[in-house]
Formats: sequence, structure tokens, C-alpha cells
Amino acid sequence: MSAHADTHAHDDHGHHHKETFVTKYIFSQDHKMIAKQYLITGTIMGVIGVIMSLMFRMQIAWPEEPNVIFEALLGKWAPDGVMDADIYLALVTIHGTIMVFFVLTAGLSGTFSNLLIPLQIGARDMASGFLNMISYWLFFLSSVIMVISLFVEAGPAAAGWTIYPPLSALPMAQGGSGMGMTLWLVSMAIFIASSLLGSLNYIVTVLNLRTKGMSMTRLPLTIWAFFITAVIGVISFPVLLSAALLLIMDRSFGTSFFLSDIFIQGEVLHYQGGSPVLFEHLFWFLGHPEVYIVILPAMGLVSEIMASNSRKPIFGYRAMIASILAIAFLSTIVWGHHMFVSGMNPFLGSVFTFTTLLIAIPSAVKAFNWITTIWKGNLQMNPAMLFSIGFVSTFITGGLTGIILGDSALDINVHDTYFVVAHFHLVMGISALYGMFAGIYHWYPKMFGKMLNKNLGYIHFWVTAVCAYGVFFPMHFIGMAGLPRRYYTNSNFPLFDDLANVNVIITIFALVGGAVQIVYLYNFFASIFFGKKAVQNPWRSTTLEWTAPVEHMHGNWPGEIPHVHRWAYDYSKPGHDDDFVPQNIPLKDGEEELQH
Amino acid sequence: MTALLTIIVLVFILIAIWQMVKIFDLAQAKGGNDIPGVATDKDNTLNGYLMMGFLAFIYVITIVCCVKWGDLPLMSNSASAHGPTIDNLMVISMALIFFVQTVTQFLLHYFAFKYKGEKGKQALFFADNNKLEAIWTIIPVIVLAGLIIYGLNTWINIMGVDESDDPLVVELYAQQFNWKARYAGADNTLGKANVRLIDIDRANILGLDESDPNAQDDVITTELHLPVGKPVLFKMRSQDVLHSAYMPHFRAQMNCVPGMITQFGFTPTVTTSDMRQTPEMVEKVQNINKIRVENSKKLIAKGEEALESYEFDYVLICNKICGKSHYNMQMKIVVETQEEYDAWIKEQKEFKNSLIN
Repeated sequence: MSAHADTHAHDDHGHHHKETFVTKYIFSQDHKMIAKQYLITGTIMGVIGVIMSLMFRMQIAWPEEPNVIFEALLGKWAPDGVMDADIYLALVTIHGTIMVFFVLTAGLSGTFSNLLIPLQIGARDMASGFLNMISYWLFFLSSVIMVISLFVEAGPAAAGWTIYPPLSALPMAQGGSGMGMTLWLVSMAIFIASSLLGSLNYIVTVLNLRTKGMSMTRLPLTIWAFFITAVIGVISFPVLLSAALLLIMDRSFGTSFFLSDIFIQGEVLHYQGGSPVLFEHLFWFLGHPEVYIVILPAMGLVSEIMASNSRKPIFGYRAMIASILAIAFLSTIVWGHHMFVSGMNPFLGSVFTFTTLLIAIPSAVKAFNWITTIWKGNLQMNPAMLFSIGFVSTFITGGLTGIILGDSALDINVHDTYFVVAHFHLVMGISALYGMFAGIYHWYPKMFGKMLNKNLGYIHFWVTAVCAYGVFFPMHFIGMAGLPRRYYTNSNFPLFDDLANVNVIITIFALVGGAVQIVYLYNFFASIFFGKKAVQNPWRSTTLEWTAPVEHMHGNWPGEIPHVHRWAYDYSKPGHDDDFVPQNIPLKDGEEELQH
Repeated sequence: MTALLTIIVLVFILIAIWQMVKIFDLAQAKGGNDIPGVATDKDNTLNGYLMMGFLAFIYVITIVCCVKWGDLPLMSNSASAHGPTIDNLMVISMALIFFVQTVTQFLLHYFAFKYKGEKGKQALFFADNNKLEAIWTIIPVIVLAGLIIYGLNTWINIMGVDESDDPLVVELYAQQFNWKARYAGADNTLGKANVRLIDIDRANILGLDESDPNAQDDVITTELHLPVGKPVLFKMRSQDVLHSAYMPHFRAQMNCVPGMITQFGFTPTVTTSDMRQTPEMVEKVQNINKIRVENSKKLIAKGEEALESYEFDYVLICNKICGKSHYNMQMKIVVETQEEYDAWIKEQKEFKNSLIN
């Protein structure tokens, strides 16, 4: 299965290639450059998304108070510095869209699948460098369109990131459902095309281009995670595309897929026979797997980083793969737990409760395996390791409340409250972001040939960690008190007046947590130019990417591609001098390869 | 001007970071053969202790949140017959969550502290243990099986509507951005309706079929009154976009979907006036009024009107994003005795008498 690498071993792939600025930095087909392009685009989108969240957090804490920041950034949407209710919903919507798709899907998966798949399986590049380039540029195009949509006259899309029709389908229902929503849909359609091209490439590369000796059971868990993520993406993203296309038809060509019996602004619309519930099914058929598309790559990165920094093999390698597979399978049959109170048949709700709570089992296995991995380790507290430990912590805290939300009877009362916001931000927002940060700190030397400053990394981690809990932990409680999400202000409900001070505390944590990301951004960009030069294998890891030279080159390895003789987790193996044995080192005489 | 100031502040922040980096690096320069950017034993020790500090932080924030906000009446003061079963399940789930959270966070952070790296220390080569993995697969299976059975039982009990109870049928009608309630009248059968029949000029605002005999005695109101102890079956309708009828005190929620009728039933058990007198509610309302007095002072200082003092009422809240004024789409709910309810409903106009000819 793994001998295909030889066909790629022709040496004219070496660094004598003539490259222009354009082919090297812009229309590059090299997976390492494409990974960096994904990362930097994702970072820029992330900055936009986070600034949006800080703005609406300020509005929630100090409702309808004038704010110079609003005046400066929102312009006509903040007359006299007071945020408008329409733009509040738009900020919430675009924040969700950007963070879920542009940062945590493309920024995370796009960066690390591209960087690590060829390097860790021992391939010269992706199966199709050209498709890979197209994939990035489609992502770039969709990002540009999404940003442009912020500036349309009637306002950007504002129906929530789930864009449920009829709100998203009828321009008369809200300003953002006009041109803003059209651009949103176009941007997402292009994004999905990009994501599918990327995913197909990852799948084919992992299946076909593994180097000699790299059997599937010797793959690092990162690759398993990226591989399964790509499979979920290929299964579920097309369904969102179809939902988006049908919504475009309803909006622009008068069809009635999702609309029926509507009376709005004094007139009856012609739509008949459609159902918004159908849209919800189609949306969540992607929407739920999507959260695993976000979290699985982070899990893969964390598994790898934890093993390397614990100087111990990952505990339960096979169980880790099995739980990834189980999560992937279950993730496609739980979407209905977003719809317990949608009007769907209650019996269907029972089925989805059952499948949803099952997901807790593989998730628990993973959490316990990570904890066991650091048990009796020799923990190297690099910033990447801190973010990995932080990942496990927030994943547990956020995941546990899933037991409540996945339980249809309990969901009745906390559905669409801040309890949900707290849950998913911890379990897939903050956790995935931690996974991404961990990956950046760990593979920065591989990406840029420079080291990040670790002290700034420590400041970044600890302030972020405290603020993340400070923001999202109290949020559970205001959710349990019944406070609905997506409210421009709560001042119309005296019932919630006693929660106002909680909202102020949350916003202050959010502002500090947002501000400390400047430290990270400084570290990231300054280190590209002024960072200390990296050594080839700074973390003393076993995987193949650290056998490649620090200087990037087409084809990754100057000579022959290394062959693989062992699994990726021979850390502190008895009988060896070093506390790690790279995968390309042959087994000693009489040494047994542990078959886990 | 603001932009310029912002840029100056940003530049200062960046310079400050740069200076901090230099100080840190100088302070640590003695190490000699350490690889730059890689954790040293000193880093491991410091961060190990910080891990324990962080564990303490998690515990403290948990305790503070529970003490300060854990007893919000919505958790305990349910006002419907099925409410206590949901609250019980919630309490059991919460207890389980807090237990698992406390233990696993302890293990994670304590191990991170205990096994912080030192040069020359050997990690244990421990790659697999089928027994351990079986244990932490089987225990969640058992616990979740219990939760699933309990949860599904509760769910089926709540969602199953028993028509033999002869419930009071009430329509909840949602539109951007208010609610209407429609009572079925003496025949307890709602008249046929469709948004295509809406005739604003004739004040047929919910699109009732004027020729349907069942519609004649229907009563349309802007407040929701419910007799205590009587099962109610809500039929939800929306005329424009998705809304969600959320009645937190009754542990009830259902989306209102244009083009279809959804339903949810419950039995209110506590009248509004009784709820106002429960000690928890008295305390909550006092607290809220204290806050409102403080806020009023600020408003008066600005030359605005003071806030009205708050008196508790049940509310129906829109809980599905529905447009600009989503944040203020509410209807007052009054739970009262049967006699009070009868008196109130008698005062309302029947549909046939409310039309403008």
C-alpha cells in the first residue's frame, strides 16, 4: 500500500527550479507555501471576527451607550456612537460565519492538513498541487466576498450564522437579507467548492502517497484526524451547498422550497408548500458534522503535541483512531439535536437524543487517554504543550454541558439561551482555537524556519486561558436563568436586570482576552523576520517532518524520501539512548515494534 | 483624530512588548546551551506551578458562579406540572457534570504539575492498557444509558399530548415583533385560519376563515391568561419568519413556523400572585428593584425618566432570531384562578363582533 512514494522520487523536484516571485509566493503549488497562505488569510479573518465579537460584547454590557469605537468602525451604523440593532445582528452573524468557516475550518484544517500531510506521510507534495492552489484561491475569493459584504448599503447578512429562512430569504424581513445575504451565499458556495477540492486532495494524498513503510497504523494521529475530517467534509459540505442553492432559488427565482404561507409588510407572498424545517435539516446535516470538522484536526494536533512534549507515547493509539472513527460516524446522525423544538416529530427527537449522547463515549475515551498520556511523563512546558493541556481542559468543561443540551427534555429550557453559547464556544470555539495555537507554536519552526518567542507564548497562553474561562463560564449561568442569545439589549426585560452585572464581567474578560492576542500577533509576525533561527528538530519529535531540512525546498527532502520503520510514538522507549526514536530509524536487532 | 490616537496606542503597545521580550531574554541568557524558544527546566517548573494555580482558578470561578448566580429562581421555581421533572433531571445532570469536571480537571492539572519536566528524568513508556480503556469506555456507557433512559422518558411524557384531558386550546400567533393569543371560545375548537385570509381593513388580523362556524366565537387577545391547574394545548403559528415561543418559567418552548402548526402542552400550577409571594421571587424582585433604583439615578442625572419599579409577571419571550426588534418581542402571561379567568375572557370581544364591516 505504501510503495507509491518511489514514483515521486525523481530528483528534478529539487531546489534548482526556477521560480518567480509570483509562482513562489502567490500562485504557489507548494503545499508549505499554501499552508502559510491559509494561515495568514485565516489570521486576518480571525482578527476581523474577534473585533466584531468585542464590539457586540460591549453593546451587551453597556447597552445603547455611545462608544467611540463603534463610531470609528461602524460609521453610519452607529449614529452618535450608539450601535444600531440591525448591525448588532449582522455582527453576531458574520462573527459566527467567519470564526466557524474561515478561521476554524479553512484556517485550521487548511493550514495544518496542507503543511503536515505530505511532510508527515513522506510525500513530495500533495497529490495535485494545482488543485491545491485552486482550493486556496477559491478560499481567498470567498473571504474577499465575505468582507465586501460588510460594506453593502442595506447591511451585511444578519439572520444568524445558521441563516434560517424565511428571515434570510425575504429582503423585507430585515435589511441584511438583501444584497448582504446574496453575497453571503455566493461567498459560502465558493468556500464549499474550495473546501471540497482541499478535502479530496487530502484524502487522495493520504491514501496514495505514503512513503515506504508508512502503513495506516503507523500514521501519526494528526494525519488520521485530517484524513477523517476530509472524509466528513466530503460527505456533508455538498448538502450545505444544496441548501444554499435552493435558498438562492427561493430568493431569486420564486421557488418555494423553504417558504409557505407568508404575510409580511401588509402583503401575502405567493410561496406555498415549502418548509423552513427542511432547510434546518439540510443546514444541520452539514452544521453538526462541521463542529467535528473543526475539532478533529485540533484533536489530532493536540495528540501529537502532547505525546512529543510528554516524552511518552500517546496512550491508546488504536483507541484514539477508533474514537475518531466513531465520532466521525456518529457526527453525521446527530444533526437533529439542534431541532428539538423546531416542530419536528417528537419521536425523531428521541432518536437524536440517543445518538447524541452516544458521542460522549468516544469523547470521554479521548479525554481519559490524553490525561493518561501526561501521567508519569517528563512534561516539556512549551507554549504548544500549554495550549494542548488547555485544549483538554476546555474540551472537558465544554463537552460536559453537551449532556444537557443533547438531552431533548432539558434542551426545551436552555435551547437558544446563553447556555448554548457558553457550551459551543468552550467545546469547539476555544478548544479548536487552542488546538490551532498549539499547532502554530509547535510547527512554526517548520513553517518559517524561525522560533517563536516562548515568553510571549507563556503570556499569551495564561492570559487567554484565564479570560476564556472568565468569559464563558459565567455565561452558563445567565443561560440557565433563561436569557436568550442574540438580543441587542436585555433592558426590555426587567426580569433579567440582575444579570446585567454578569454581562459586564464577561465583557471585561473578553476585552482583556482580545487585547492579549496582540501579543501573539506581534510574536507571530515579528518572529518571521527577527525570530531566532530554528534547528532542524527543536522539540525532538519522531515524525518525518523533522527529518526534512529547515530551509524549504520543493519536494521536501533533498535526496531520497525517508522510509518508515516504526510507529510515530516511540518516545522514551526502553533500550534506546535518546528519549525519542524517529520513524525513519530502523528497528534494532531483536527490537520489537509494539503493535498498538 | 480617533484613528490617529488608536494607531499611536497600538505602536506603544508593540514597543512595550518588544521591550518586554528583550528584558525576558536578557534575564534568561545565562542558560548557555539551551535552544532558544524551547522550554527549560525553569520554564517547566514555573508553568507546572501555574497549572496548579489555574486549577484553583477554575474551582474558584465555579464556586463563585454557583454561589452568586446558581440559585436564580428559574432553576428552581417552575410553574408547570412537568417543570419539576425537567428540573430534577437538570439537577442530576448538573451534579454529574460537576463531579466529573472536578475530578478530571484535577487529574489533568495535577499531572501537569507533578510530572513537569526535568533534564535527565525518564518518562514511563506506557502505550496501552486494555483494562484501563475498557473501564473508561464502560463507565460512560452505563452512566449515559441511565441518562438516556431517564431523559427520553421525561421527553415523551412532556411532548405527548393527552387529548382526553380536555385541554384548553390556545393559539399563539407570532409576527414581527409581537405575539397574539387566540382562544377557541365556548366550542373549544379553533376556527380555520390562513394568512391568505388576512384582511387588515376588516380587522381580521390573524386570517381567520369568516365562514367557519368554529371561528365565530374565537377570542383574540394581546395578553395570555391561563387558568391554574388546567391543561393547556398551544397551537403555534407564525405569519412571517421563524419565531420561538419560549416560556422559561413553565419549562416550555416551541418554534413558530410559517406554513405549519406546531404544538406544545403544559399545565400551569402556580398563579401569578402566588409566584410573586414565594420567598425566592420576593428576594429576586427586591434585588432587581435595587438595581433599577441605581440605574434610575443615572438616568435622572442625564435628564431622562426614571425606570418603573418591577413587579413579577410571567412572560412569553421570542427565542429565535427574527429581525431588528427580536430583543423586544414579548407577551405578558397571567396565571389566575378559573373564576378570574372566566371573568377576564368574558370581557374580551368574540371574533364575529370584532370585525369591521
